Amino acid sequence: MNEAVATTAAPNILLEAEGIVKVFGSGDHEVRPLKGINLKLRAGELTLLMGPSGSGKTTLLSILGCILSPTEGHLIVAGNSTDGLDAEGLANLRRKHVGFVFQGYNLFPTMTASENVMLALDVRAAAVVDPPGHAVGALTAVGLEHRARAFPAKLSGGEKQRVAIARALAGRPSLILADEPTAALDAENGRAVMALLSQVAKDPTRAVLAVTHDHRTIPYADRIIRIEDGYIVSEEQADKTATHTNDSHAPKRKRIVSERPLGGRYRIRRHA
Amino acid sequence: MQAQIDTAASNLAGHPAGKPKLVKMAGTLAYRNLFHDRLSLTVTLVGIVFSVVLVAVQCGLYIGSERMIAAMLDQSKGDLWVVPYGTKSFDDPSFLIGHEKYAVLSTPGVGAAEELVVNFSNWRKPKGGTTAVLLVGSDHENGTLKPWNVVGGSVAQLDAPDAVAVDDTYFTDLGIDGLGDTAEVNDARVKVTAVTHGIRSFTTLPYVFTTLDRARNLLAAGENQATYTLVRLTRGADAKAVRKRLEERLQDREVLTQAEFRKRSVDYWLFQTGAGAALIAGAALGMIVGVVIVAQTLYSSTKDHLNEFATLRALGASAGYIHKVILIQALMSALLGYSVGMVLSLLVIWASKDTTLLIVMTPGLAVLLFALTIGMCVIAAISAIFKVTRIDPAGVFSR
Repeated sequence: MNEAVATTAAPNILLEAEGIVKVFGSGDHEVRPLKGINLKLRAGELTLLMGPSGSGKTTLLSILGCILSPTEGHLIVAGNSTDGLDAEGLANLRRKHVGFVFQGYNLFPTMTASENVMLALDVRAAAVVDPPGHAVGALTAVGLEHRARAFPAKLSGGEKQRVAIARALAGRPSLILADEPTAALDAENGRAVMALLSQVAKDPTRAVLAVTHDHRTIPYADRIIRIEDGYIVSEEQADKTATHTNDSHAPKRKRIVSERPLGGRYRIRRHA
Repeated sequence: MQAQIDTAASNLAGHPAGKPKLVKMAGTLAYRNLFHDRLSLTVTLVGIVFSVVLVAVQCGLYIGSERMIAAMLDQSKGDLWVVPYGTKSFDDPSFLIGHEKYAVLSTPGVGAAEELVVNFSNWRKPKGGTTAVLLVGSDHENGTLKPWNVVGGSVAQLDAPDAVAVDDTYFTDLGIDGLGDTAEVNDARVKVTAVTHGIRSFTTLPYVFTTLDRARNLLAAGENQATYTLVRLTRGADAKAVRKRLEERLQDREVLTQAEFRKRSVDYWLFQTGAGAALIAGAALGMIVGVVIVAQTLYSSTKDHLNEFATLRALGASAGYIHKVILIQALMSALLGYSVGMVLSLLVIWASKDTTLLIVMTPGLAVLLFALTIGMCVIAAISAIFKVTRIDPAGVFSR
C-alpha cells in the first residue's frame, strides 16, 4: 500500500482538486464525465455540488472521496496527495479523513443504530474510552439517543439519514461527503438533515460537501458549485455578513466563479 | 457537533478519564451476517455437519479397520515372527513346514518361542447351518496371545475338554446364545467356556480361540506344525543379527519384525483389497461436498451482503478487514458445524459399538477433524473473498 505524501496546503483548505479529468473506457467507448475540475473545500463550510443528471457530480464525489482515482489532475485531501496511491492507499485516506453520507443511507441492516456507528469506529481504528457510550453520544448529537438500539428497518428515512450522519462523524474525519442526502426524504426530514449537516459544517476543522439536485437544500449552503457536462460552470459564495431575508437559513450569496467557455477550456471570472 | 458527540459520550460513559480502546465490530458483523439468513445458515451447517460426520465415520472406520486387522498382532508380545513364505496378513494363514519352534529356540539370541495355529474352519451352528470362522490356537498359559476382554467364563477354562472362546459380537453369526452353548468345528464338538467382548475381525469371520493342541486336532495339523512362530529375543540381543540367522536356518519361510508383519497385514487389507482406498475416498468425498456446500452458501451470503461490503470499503475498510469479516463467518460456521457434527459422529460411534463395525474416535482424530473443518471453511471462503475483492466501492453511490 502506498502511503499518502504529505504536502503543504493552506490551513483552512481541507481538500484541493486541480485539473481533475476522468475518462472511462477507450476508443469509441470512451466517456469523459469530468473534463477539468478545480475546486477547494474549506474548513467550516457546507458546500453544495449541484447539476443535472449526467453532469459528473457523482464521479466527482467519488474522486473527491478517494474512491476513484482521476485520470488526470491532482487531489490533496487533508494535506495528503493522492497521486500514485493504489486502492489500499486510497482506502487508507478515506478511513482517516473522509466520512460518507449516502442517498440510500447504506446502513447495515443487521446492526442497530449504535452498532452502525461503532462499526465505523472500528473501520477507522478509532480508540475511544467507552465505544457503546461513544456511539450513543454520536446518536445523541443527531437527536437519536432514544433509537440507539433500533435496527434500520425500524427507523424512518430521516432517522436513518441521521444515523448515517452520526456514522460519518465517527472517528472525526475532516471531510464529510454526502451524496443526495435529502433525495429520499420528505420536506420536513430533508430540512432536518440539511440543518444537521449545516451544524456539522460549523466545526472549524471540518468541511462538508453535499451533492444534490434538491433546491430545498440551497438555503443551508455556504457555497454552491454548479457542474455541467464535466465542467464547473459557476460558484456562489454565501455572504455571511448580509442580513437574512425570508429564510433564516439562507444567507445572501455572491457569484464568484463563472461559466464554461467555448473551446473546451474555461476561464474564471470573479464578481464582487 | 464533534464537541456534542464527545460530551454526550463522556456523560453516558460516566468515566471520561478511562483508557481509550479500539472498537472491535468485525466479529459482530460476521455473526449478524451469518445469523441474519437462518435458512442459508441452516444449509451451511447441514453441509458442514454432513461433511464432518462423513469424514469422522470414514476416518473412524479406517482407524477401526486398522485396529481390527492388527488386533491379534498388537495383543502378541514378540520381536520377530516366522511366517509361511508369502503370507499377506495374519488373517491369511497357511501352515509352516514344521519344527520351526525348535530351530528358533536353538538360534543364539532367542529367549523364547511361541507357536500359533491359525486357520479357517467350518462352524456348524447348534440349530443348523454353517459359517466360516478363524480358529486361533495358542498357549493360553505361557503364551502372550490369548483371549482378552473376557466377559464370561475364563481363559483357564479353555483347558476343559472341547473348550473354545468366542466373542459376543458374533453370537448371532455363530448361532449361539452364550456361555455353555455347544457347536461343531470341522465336525468336532466344541463348547463355549469363555466369552470375550469387542474382539472383532476385519474379514467379518469370527475368531474362535482354543488351545494349541486342540487347534491342531481340529485342523488336522501335525503336532510340530504351526501357522506362526513368535520369537522373543534375549535381553541385549541384536535383532538384525538374530533375524539374519533365522532366515539362514529357515528356508522357504519369512522372518518379519512385529512392525513389518503389522504393516503388511494392514496394507494388504486396506490397500491391496481397495477397502482402505474406499474409506479414504469416502472421507475425501465428504470433504469435497462440505467445501462445495459451504463455498456455495458463503458465496451466496456474501453476494447478499455485497452492498454492505461495498459500503464498508467506501467507509475506508481495508481489503484485509473485509476478508476478516468473511473468514470470521467461515470460522463461526466451522465451529458450529464441527460441534454438531462431532456430537452426531459420537452418537453414530456409540450406536455401532456392539456391531461388527469398529468405528473409532481418538483425540488425535478429533483434532484432525477440527483442523480439516476449519481448513474446509477457509477454503470455501476463498470464492467469497474473490467476490468482495472485485467490489467497486463507487457502486455505493448508485444504490
